[in-house]
This record gives sequence, structure tokens and C-alpha cells, in this order.
Amino acid sequence: MMDAGRHPNITLLTNSEVAAVSGYVGNFKVTVKKKPRYIKEELCVGCLQCIDACTYKEAKFADEFQMGLGKRKPVYLPFPQATPQVVLIDPQRCIQLKTGKCKKTCAAACDRNAIDFEQKEETVEVDVGAIIISTGFQPFDATRIPAYGYGRYPNVYTGLEVERLTSASGPTAGEVILRDGTRPKSVGIVHCVGSRDEKTNRYCSRVCCMYSLKLAHMVKDHTGAQVYNFYIDMRTPGKSYEEFYDKLLSEDVRFIRGRVAEVTDWAVKPEEEGKLVIRVEDTLIGVVRRIPVDMVILSTGLEPQADAASVASMFGISRSADGFFAEAHPKLRPVETNTDGVYLAGCSQGPRDVPDTVAHAGAAASMTIALLNRGQVTISPTVASVDEKLCSACKTCLSICPYQAIVFNADKNIAVVNDALCKGCGTCAAACPAAAITARHFSDEQIVAQIEGLLREPKTAEGARP
Amino acid sequence: MNFEPKIIAFLCNWCTYTAADAAGVARMEQPANVDVIRVMCTGRIEPMFVLKAFAEGADGVIVSGCHPPGDCHYTNGNFKTFRRMPLLERILSQFGIEDGRFHWGWISGAEAPKWAELARTFTEQVRGLGPLNWKDQLASKED
Repeated sequence: MMDAGRHPNITLLTNSEVAAVSGYVGNFKVTVKKKPRYIKEELCVGCLQCIDACTYKEAKFADEFQMGLGKRKPVYLPFPQATPQVVLIDPQRCIQLKTGKCKKTCAAACDRNAIDFEQKEETVEVDVGAIIISTGFQPFDATRIPAYGYGRYPNVYTGLEVERLTSASGPTAGEVILRDGTRPKSVGIVHCVGSRDEKTNRYCSRVCCMYSLKLAHMVKDHTGAQVYNFYIDMRTPGKSYEEFYDKLLSEDVRFIRGRVAEVTDWAVKPEEEGKLVIRVEDTLIGVVRRIPVDMVILSTGLEPQADAASVASMFGISRSADGFFAEAHPKLRPVETNTDGVYLAGCSQGPRDVPDTVAHAGAAASMTIALLNRGQVTISPTVASVDEKLCSACKTCLSICPYQAIVFNADKNIAVVNDALCKGCGTCAAACPAAAITARHFSDEQIVAQIEGLLREPKTAEGARP
Repeated sequence: MNFEPKIIAFLCNWCTYTAADAAGVARMEQPANVDVIRVMCTGRIEPMFVLKAFAEGADGVIVSGCHPPGDCHYTNGNFKTFRRMPLLERILSQFGIEDGRFHWGWISGAEAPKWAELARTFTEQVRGLGPLNWKDQLASKED
């Protein structure tokens, strides 16, 4: 990430949002809303002295990167490896930005005068030849499955939360502890939360089995707790993944095959008092079991971003049944979309793990470089054309074209199609009252010939279709 | 001999044609009575094509494209279909062609089972209505 930030040919627009896209392959015009970060990006060097100097002596706001388990100040660095290494100020929390009555100790501490409370939202227009969409995924919201108790029982965590607990730079400096500060003695990991489920998402999220195994290994290593995995099927395809699963099997991690029915604090046996009980059918021995644990980890799946529909319509691409962006061909064109010059990378196209994402992103980058280096693009011959002799200059087609590809030539008194802008939908050909417009490859003659051919009387044996 | 209806389906390249293709790849069961003519967009479909299909002997016609609003690959071609097809329906009824012989609607590229279902139910519906014989009627009037 740092390399991308430093590269002379790469301009990063962070904390920004695409507002509009127009144009076509090779000539896109993208309007970007640059949100204010209240820091002059070119001056800040990431020394973080403003954070120490903030009027809030203690960090007291939920840190999004730590999944709310840690705290941050109104001025903060989003996460340790953030690129660029530039802080930002949260306008919902900063006293100066909310009330204008702060001692502004952060600005006093900044010896480069990089703090600017007057910064406003900017709109930037950029001309680009190709676009790569890599908007990623959002984790499944575990509260959507109430039976698992996330949000009700404090010691039910999501995988990402425990990932932060196991991290040395996390809120507990790598200590895996419960909400009351004690170490768990037994931990249950519930697979396929929001994946492979008729009620939520039918697809497999692909990464959860492996990250569950990683968490099982980490938690056992950090706490020595007894770890149970509750799985439907273990899916560990990929280089050296199966070997990792084998290693876990020899580490005395328990694997119970069955989808968890519910997580409850209702104890029916003395050893279940004060614990969370996981109810599950062990399908390998055919009995319903109750497993008491101290901590439950829900391996939540990957979902399309909440605004995927509006992003798709803005860039003129489509989505597949699962809501992720659709590639041009599932096997042969996995990074292209049906819109020329727009490519996909990573989880915006479907759930995938880190090596696959790196490969996908590399492929998308190669596609754009190949496109741009050629210097010219090959456009489809499937465009509309106007017969000058037939055009009666009624201008019906001008208003009907969704791409403004038809212009009126006043000198010749005819409509003219711009071949580069025309995408060949043919709606002008259907609308032209003088039948002067031909949609190439889909002309009236061709379609009528197809109708006649399909409905020709059979000349062969009786009843057989031609 | 059993009556086998002949049905022509005009499908847009990006949504319903993709769905029909996916239905085939997934080997969903569908009747062989439906013949598909691909167009780039339902906006390309002139009402004349539908009339021509009936005049050439079709017993039923389907027009299907991308869900409005927003699904259309060409921004708003499906809206033009949305305006043209209700008018065409009125003309068809004036010609004495029953409502059940013409279907227009929307099936996205992700809805392959919906296409297979439509192909099955529409074929049965047209089979129930019997042969249209519009071609023969037109020929007899020409004489």
C-alpha cells in the first residue's frame, strides 16, 4: 500500500466518493467528492503529535478499526498502516468542529500548521481512460440471526472482533479475554454464519473456514482454551490450506460437524451454569449435543456492499444473483464487465481470499495497461447508421438516444450517428418513422428473415420442425 | 396429431437472453416450442416484429428484457418497451388475438429459473388457446 502511495504515476484520492461518471472507454470523466479531513494532506507527515495534544486527554470514542473494542480520539489515524500516513478529524466528535469553542491544542501542537478547521468538501473532476472497481465487501451483520445471540450475550463475538483481540496491535495487545477481563477456558467457533443458508445468503463465503482455523489456532495458542469448531463442511482448497487443517486436527482442536441451532445462556445441567451453551446436532454420531463454552465466535460471511446497486447503475455494470458485481464471463473474462473500460478487482466481484484477490487485482491492472498502451480502442461494429436519402429530419431519434450519440447536421438536414458513442442498442432504429436508421447486425431485414425462417412450414417428414 | 404451439421470443442480449442461456447451461427443463430471436435491447423491438411473427404463423410471442428501472444495459431502452408494448396489446386485441398469446415482461440475467418457468407456463397457456391460424386467414383474405 505504501508503494502505491509513493508511486509518481499514482494519485490517491482517499476519504472521497465518486459522485458521477460520464463518457466511454478511453474518455471517462469521473466526478469525485473529496470529503474534508480537516488536515492539509500535503503538509501532514504523520507524526501524530496532534493526537497526544487533543483536548480529550483520554480516547473515548469507539474505534471503527478495532470493531468498537478499542477507543480513539476525535483526531486519529484510521489504522496503523493507513495510506497515506495522514490523520483526520471526525467532525461528529471534534469540539471545535461541533461548537467552535475549543482550545485547539492539536493545532498548537502541529509545528507544520497542517490542521485546517475551515476545510470544505471539494469536487474534483478527473479524466481517465479505464476504471477498476474494487469496492470490496461488507461483513455479514450477525444480529440478523437472533438465535446466535450476537448483541444479546456479551461474550458472543464475530470473527473480526476476535481477530482484533488476537492482534498484538489490537485493543488488548494480543490478550484474548472476555468482556469481564478473564481468559476463556473453552471457545466455540460457529462456521457459516450468513453463508450457505437459505434464510440469508446461499453462497459459500470461501474465506470463513480458513480464518476460523486460524482463529482456532491463535486462540488456543494465546489462552490454552479448549476450542470447538462447528462446521457444515470443511472447505480448505488452496495451496497448503489442507495441510493447515491437518495441523489443527493434531493440535487437539475439536471439530463437530453440524449447523449450530442456537446459542443460549439457559443452563439445564450444573456444569452449564454461567456459561453459553451451544446446541447442535452432531451429524457424524447422530445426537443433539449441548456444549457449554465461555466464548462464542461467529464466523460471519462476506456480503456485497450496501450501496452496490447504486454503484452498479452509476458505472453501467450489472450484478449477479448474489448481489456482487457481474463479470463479463464467469470463466473466461473474470475481470472485465459488460461495459468497455470498466474492470473489477477483489471481493466486489465475489468472495475471495487474499492470494486470489492479489491475482484478480493484478489481472485487472494488466487489462487496463493493455487497453491504454494500445492507444486506440477497437469498437464494436454493431452500431446504428442513418441512410441519408431516407432521413426526413424529424429528429425523433435525437431525443430517444440514451448516449446523445446522434447529432443533427443542419447543413445536410440529416441526423448523423457518432460511431464511438453509439453502443448499438438499436432503439433509434425501432423509433425511426422513415425507417432510415439501420441497426447493424440487427437490421429489420435480418430480424424479419429470422422470424420467417423460424416459422417456415416443415418440408421434411410430417410434423418435424425445420 | 397433437397441437404443438410455435412461440417466438424476442429477448434482449443482456438480461433475458443471458437468463435463457444460463437456463440452458444449468440444464433446466424447458419446452422446445419457444424459439429465441436475440436483439441487443428490447428498445430495438419494433411492434411490427411481433405482428410479423403472428402473421408468419406464430401462436404466441414473448418480449422480455431488463427490469426497470436501472437494470437496462442501455440506461433506458426498457422504458421505451414499457411505452410501446401496452399500445401494441391494444392493437392485438383489435385484431382478435387473445391476450394470452402475447407476453411482455422482465427477467434479469440472474433469473434463469424464472425464464424456464415462463417458457413452460406460457407454452401450456398457448397450447390451451389452440392454433391461431392467422397466416391462413390472412392468405384467404388476399384471394
